[in-house]
This record gives sequence, structure tokens and C-alpha cells, in this order.
Amino acid sequence: MSFLKDLYQEVILDHSKSPRNFSELSDANRTADGYNPLCGDKVTVFLKLKDDVVEDVSFTGAGCAISTASASLMTQSVKGKTLLEAKELFRRFQDLVTSGTAEGAELGELEAFLGVSQFPVRVKCATLVWHTMQAALKNGEESVSTE
Amino acid sequence: MTGVDQSQGRERRLNVEEVRQDFPILSQQVNGKPLVYLDNAATAQKPRSVIDAITHYYESYNSNIHRGVHHLSQKATEAYEQARVKAQRLLNASESREIIFVRSTTEAINLVAQTYGRKHLRPGDEVVVSAMEHHSNIVPWQQLCQEKEAKLRVIPINDKGELLLEEYENLLNERTRVVAVTHISNALGTINPIEQIIEQAHRYDAAVLIDGAQGAPHLTLDVQALDCEFYAFSGHKFYGPTGVGILYGKGALLDSLPPYQGGGEMILSVSFEKTTYNVVPHRFEAGTPNIAGGIALGAAIDYVNQLGLENIKDYEDELFRYATERLSRFPELKIIGTAEDKASILSFVLKDIHAHDVGTILDQEGVAVRTGHHCAQPVMDRFEVPATSRASIAFYNTREEIDVLAQGIQKVLEVFK
Repeated sequence: MSFLKDLYQEVILDHSKSPRNFSELSDANRTADGYNPLCGDKVTVFLKLKDDVVEDVSFTGAGCAISTASASLMTQSVKGKTLLEAKELFRRFQDLVTSGTAEGAELGELEAFLGVSQFPVRVKCATLVWHTMQAALKNGEESVSTE
Repeated sequence: MTGVDQSQGRERRLNVEEVRQDFPILSQQVNGKPLVYLDNAATAQKPRSVIDAITHYYESYNSNIHRGVHHLSQKATEAYEQARVKAQRLLNASESREIIFVRSTTEAINLVAQTYGRKHLRPGDEVVVSAMEHHSNIVPWQQLCQEKEAKLRVIPINDKGELLLEEYENLLNERTRVVAVTHISNALGTINPIEQIIEQAHRYDAAVLIDGAQGAPHLTLDVQALDCEFYAFSGHKFYGPTGVGILYGKGALLDSLPPYQGGGEMILSVSFEKTTYNVVPHRFEAGTPNIAGGIALGAAIDYVNQLGLENIKDYEDELFRYATERLSRFPELKIIGTAEDKASILSFVLKDIHAHDVGTILDQEGVAVRTGHHCAQPVMDRFEVPATSRASIAFYNTREEIDVLAQGIQKVLEVFK
């Protein structure tokens, strides 16, 4: 059971039940859709960029606890960061959930996702919203799929 | 174990503990707990006799079939053709040449769409499928309709997951060429009244294909009584290996059809000027088939016959009733697919908890269920759920395993309280 607690940590459960920044952003200037066809996880990411800084960020969608918590924590982590910082954060988050390395990496609450590395089937749930966020930053309007 | 079943007067009842001994995979632990395999609709487990049939084939008489004059080749051919006869008898087809070996139900449906469909469909013609079909009984028809400028019509279902038969009647007309419907829905567990469906389709001279992927493992079949033009099922859901399946087609109908894949075996003579095609069923079996798979499917049919199809059905029905009742006790649980007539399959959703999370937590308890859209996205859309968790029962599952499933669901609810 403690194995399971590695995945469904307090932080993750909290954010999945009460996701932060869970709404549309009316003055967003970057958006993208993400979709995991394997399980039906859907997410839309809204960003407001100003001079290369993420001034505001939010998301909408429906999905499993892991994807919802990841989206909630992503918006908290990315708000106020520069484009470069957001990209770097994504890279370190991916490392965390795929290989379980935290690298002393200042991931803060995102470290709650360390357990995902022991559940490889769920990695795509955790990374979906991050891929979507990247797509939003790059092109403005795009659809992302985990396949 | 024998004994007289007082209620039915039947001589044998299924002894599940004995049966489980025949399935080596069942005695393992997963995540420190005994495996509870409830994903039979995705694929079934194999008895020792089926596994041994494959090993024995490769160890003692592996050889290419049909035209060898040497001993091994004759032995392999005999075993393969014997398996064809076993499939014929399982379906109660009138001749073994009406049994075509394919890779799977999916391939069977593609074969029919591309032979019967291509030959008979004209622009403006119609193909009827139902709203509860697996993608494999939708996409080949979509592709065909696109190619032939034909229309795809869909029989709607009610909130219980039953076909609306009056709507079906209204859909049928003189342009209907094919009706393709599932015997048992893999997403909902609904058993469809296919005799009625076939009879009505025939009033309009439409050919009927039945997707029997879930039907064949759970129901006794008689294609002559059903009078369907085509019936398809998969070996791997019938306790046989992957990579083999069966398409039944009425003999005279198959005779009239053009070939499917071209190549060796399906020809009589080949020259660069002209090639002539083989007789049925070989016309539809190009290249070297899954010989071991076909023979092992024959062994699976033998195993099922030895247990007795009626005994299997009685046991599964009782266990299914228990499982439905047990799951219904959870107020947070909603069963998706509540038709009057169902078998084996329990799709469900838990309030505010995604199927993926349900499946992961159940897996930690050793319980294997499937989560997602089950290759039936239209069904998920119809019931407005992103995904369901699906438990599917076979004759080697037990009441204790259902209890473990229920305990696992309780655990899921606790994690997300």
C-alpha cells in the first residue's frame, strides 16, 4: 500500500480534487489542446505572455487524478517564469517522472510526482499538460496528442 | 468431478478449482497479491493443453501445409484441417469449407468488407451498424462506404445499452446491402437479439455479419439456425492463441466472392498472362497461415467441449449475477450497460474518479481490469463518460475473486475520500 502512497500522495490528491487555476483565461494570447486517446484525458492550456514572461496561466479539461494534479501544479510552477525557465522546468519534470531523478532540482511541490516513475503506464498522464503548455508557448494554437 | 445437478438434471457441473489447475498463469502473484484476472474480454487465458499443442507442433511436426509429400507436412496438414472441422462443429456450419482461417475478428470483418462489400455496394447503397460496435466493426464499413459512395446508418441504443429495434426496422430499406452487428457488446455486455436482426435484414435481401468476438466464448452457436451470412470470432478470446481467428460464411455465398489477399495458396495456376483462383476456403487464405495457431485453436475448442458449453454458461451466468449484485452495492458506482440480457462484461464508473486511477489502484491489489474506451469511443460518447473500468468474467474466475474486486473498489473510494 505504501507503493500506492508513492503515487497518490497528499499533494496530488489535494490538487486533483481542488485544482488551482482551473478556468479559461479571457485575455490569453497562447492556447493549445492536449489529448490522451488511450484514456480520454483532455486538457486545454491558456497562457498570457508578456515580454517573454508567463504573466498568467490556467487550464480546463477532464482527466484522471494524475493529469489533473499535474495541470494544477504546472500552472502554479510556471506562473511568473520566463519562457526559458518554463522550458527548463518541463525538462526537469520529465526527468523526474520518467527516471525518478530529482537532481537537487528545485522542483518544489512538483516533487510529489516522483512516484510516477514507478508507474510507467501513467507517465503520459503526468506529462500531457506540460507538452500542451510547450505547444502553446511555441505556436500559439495547436493540438497535442500523447501518441 | 461429476455429480447430478438436481435443478437442471445435467450430469456435470463445472468445478472451478479443478479448472483453474489447467491454467498455469492463474497461480501467480502480482504486486504481492494473488492475480485476479478480470480482463477476459481483452484476451482470455490459455489452458495447458493449448500451450502444449503449440509446443508439441514445433517440437515434433512443424512443417508447411497443403502440398508437401513428406510425412511431417502431411501430419501438419491433417492437424490444421482437423482444427477447421472443429471450428465447423463449434459453429454448427454445414461444411468445413465454410470456415476460413483469418488472423482475428478484425481481419474477418475487413475480409468481408473488401470482398462482399466491394462486389455488391453501389453509390447510394447503405450499410447498417449499431451504436454499440467495437471500432473493428465500424471502421472497415466506413472505409468501404467512403470508397463506394455508400451511406453508413447506425442503429441507436437506449440508456440501458439495448438496441432500439423499432428504429432498426425503420433504417432498413431496399438500398441496405449489409447489416453488421455485434453478438455481445465488449463495452456494455449487451447480448443482442441477432436472430431477429438477421430475419429482418433478410426481408430486404441484406447480408448480415455478426461480430462474435465476445459471443463465441460465452454462447452456444448455430450458424445454420441463425442463418447469418457471416460470423466471425477471435482465437485469443476463445482460450486459444493470438494471431488466429475464424470467419464463417455461407458456402454458396463464399463461392461467389472475389479473393481477398493475393498470393500463394489461394491460386490454382499462375502465369504472367493469367492467374486462376483456388476454391473456397483456400481462395481466402493467401500465404502460409498461423499453422500452430490454428491447431492450438482446435485444442482450445476441444478443451471447451470437454468442459461442456452449457456447464460453462451456467457457471458464468451465476458468477456474473453475483458480480453485478456485489458491484451494485456501492452507491458511488454506476454500471454502464444494464440491458436485460447480458453476459460476462461489467463496465462501470465511480463518481468523480477517473477509470485510469481505478485501474492503477486495483492493479496494486492484484486485480486486472481494463480502463479506457475499449475501442468503442462512440459508446463512451453515448453514455457521456471519458472512459470506464471494465471487469470481464470467464469460467475460471471465482466468487472470491469478485470479492477481491469489490474490496479493491472500496480501497479506491478510500484513497479518494
